[in-house]
Amino acid sequence: METVTITMKNQPKLYLEADNVSPDKFAGKKASEIAALHAYEGREQTTLGKYFEIAGEGGATAADTRIIVKGDVSRVKYIGMKMSAGEVLVEQSPDMYTGAWMQGGKLVVKGNVDSFAGIGMKGGEFLIDGNAGDYLGAAYRGDWRGMQGGLIRVKGSAGSDIGYFMNGGTIIVHGNTDVHVGTHMEGGRIVIKGNAPSKVGGQMVGGEIFVYGTIDVMMPGFKYVQDEEVEVDGERSKFALYYGDTGERHPKRKGQIVYGKLYLKI
Amino acid sequence: MSKSVTDVICPFCGTLCDDLEVIVSDDGKKIEDIYNACAIGAEKFMHAQAPDRIKRPRMQQPDGSYKEVSYDEAVEYTARMLYNAKKPLMYGWSSTSCEAQSVGHEIAEKVGAIVDNTATVCHGTTLIAVQDVGIPSCTLGEIKNRADRIIFWGCNPCHAHPRHQSRYSVFPRGFFTNKGHMNRKVIVVDPRVTDTAKLADYHYQIEQGRDFELLSAFRVALRNEPLPETVAGIPREKIIEGAEVMKSGRFGIIFFGMGVTQSLSKNHNIDNAIMLTKDLNEFTKFSIMAMRGHYNVTGSGQVLGWQFGYPFSVDLSRGFARYNPGETSSNDLLRRGEVDAVFVLGSDPGAHFPISSVRKIAQLPSVCVDPHITPTSEISKLHVPVAFVGVEVGGNCYRMDNVPIEARKVVDPPEGVLTDVEFLTRVNARLDQLMGGK
Ligand code: SF4
Repeated sequence: METVTITMKNQPKLYLEADNVSPDKFAGKKASEIAALHAYEGREQTTLGKYFEIAGEGGATAADTRIIVKGDVSRVKYIGMKMSAGEVLVEQSPDMYTGAWMQGGKLVVKGNVDSFAGIGMKGGEFLIDGNAGDYLGAAYRGDWRGMQGGLIRVKGSAGSDIGYFMNGGTIIVHGNTDVHVGTHMEGGRIVIKGNAPSKVGGQMVGGEIFVYGTIDVMMPGFKYVQDEEVEVDGERSKFALYYGDTGERHPKRKGQIVYGKLYLKI
Repeated sequence: MSKSVTDVICPFCGTLCDDLEVIVSDDGKKIEDIYNACAIGAEKFMHAQAPDRIKRPRMQQPDGSYKEVSYDEAVEYTARMLYNAKKPLMYGWSSTSCEAQSVGHEIAEKVGAIVDNTATVCHGTTLIAVQDVGIPSCTLGEIKNRADRIIFWGCNPCHAHPRHQSRYSVFPRGFFTNKGHMNRKVIVVDPRVTDTAKLADYHYQIEQGRDFELLSAFRVALRNEPLPETVAGIPREKIIEGAEVMKSGRFGIIFFGMGVTQSLSKNHNIDNAIMLTKDLNEFTKFSIMAMRGHYNVTGSGQVLGWQFGYPFSVDLSRGFARYNPGETSSNDLLRRGEVDAVFVLGSDPGAHFPISSVRKIAQLPSVCVDPHITPTSEISKLHVPVAFVGVEVGGNCYRMDNVPIEARKVVDPPEGVLTDVEFLTRVNARLDQLMGGK
């Protein structure tokens, strides 16, 4: 596996749209070719080389390419966008849309990510050591397809609207979240090891939400079914299972109504 | 002898009343009286007559004072500011005509700007919800003639849209509602006892920030599913009773305002309210409508939608239209430092935005186009006074129910004062020269 290291040397005045920072785009390119890839600051089309020092070269394919992003990237958007294979390691905290529409490979952020990280994600592994902003693994505006596959793991806390319109894949948040978890959720699994204040599973059609901590205010459309033991993230625990959101439409499968499942740790 | 101008449009709120009568002096220069308008509407016309009105552009000096400049200099400053910026914000557009909006968008496309209107701090969340789940709506005329279940959720038309209830929603006698308010049941959902709540048949004094839960609870009640004892501070029986009242009408309407669009849950509140409306259509006819504030904010959404596909927060910086409120919305852009110049027309962010955003406007190159002196004009580098749309120049406007109405000119603007369209057209032409010479 070949490694490309890009280091911030010249901070953008506004924000940088760096959707070319992905193994798919770096594969098969030398440092000078990578430096010539496009980036945008406002309406100005510039190059990655204007902002980053670039060392190393891409592997033959995306899967053979590892990217290490060094320096202050708090004003850089779209790192790892649409990546399908390979690895990206971000040492500090990038701005919005990190790992947006990611399809495969592994993306690791040592710091925090801002909002809209992993939106519309289809596959791969996305690990965030710090905190995540709002709309993690959600759908882009107007899209009815949120996260569809893959894994997002946040070691810290997450903001509001995580898993909005989610219909596949797994989001695990080790800390707390803000309001609106899995709104309009149709499938997939959200695990919150901390607390979620309120609006959990509102308008939920299908899928599963696990909350280990507390929910201050439950949505009215959840009815208790039974206690269940389930394996989550490698360990078995006992949960109280609720069906919902009963105010929402629900499809039928084999004559049975399919509900969203909300598990509260006992 | 004075003369009377009839069927005048009121360019103030989204009700866009079209029955005003304005008495004008013989020379057509002075407004003497206004009939039919509410107090705030009448004030708008009278304000145009203010003796201390600014009639020439003013440039802020380093010591904070203002120096009068010519319109030519104002055009030059504005064009150069937009030309030099990498990502200018062009905000406002809600208190001007669709014609002016259209010229503004042409400029925005040229310079790669972000176009945003007042929906961004108002009904933008509504527009997000509409994009997510659609909207079953109708016109105000249908409501006047048919509606017998009127719900005001998080809005207070008694003060914000004073003639709304008398012209359309509560009191008028319509074709199928010939007993006026006797035919109608009014439900108000508001944490405060507002004047609108006082005239309601049912007032749901909801806990603040729990609209999403109460909307869900009504939907649960409609499906005959079990409910907790109280939701949002409202007892279960009251919720079931409310659902019955809604179901039993022949034609219902939910009007909603800032109380739900800008409180906790924002777009999700509206999303759920729209879904409640859809659910109610299983039982009877139901519609939902946003109580739009500025008289032509609806028009700004229409023109933006028609030209770029999105109704607000449109980012044209990369030559194609992108839209993601949260990123491309004015306050996020300002707060985060994503824009490097600000152009404001037909709105007053200085009064309505959080102080962190206002400070950013004050620090950046900025132009404010507005007939009045406003908090925004006072922090902008350049203030360009213009004629009042709907008083001194006509133009197309959209009412809150998306019905276009042509505003009328009543009197002449003060001598030499340009209209929005004239000023924007000159900026546009100057930009063509600058860019041609690139
Ligand atoms: S209700 Fe609105 S449009 Fe009608 S007169 Fe009053 S301010 Fe003007």
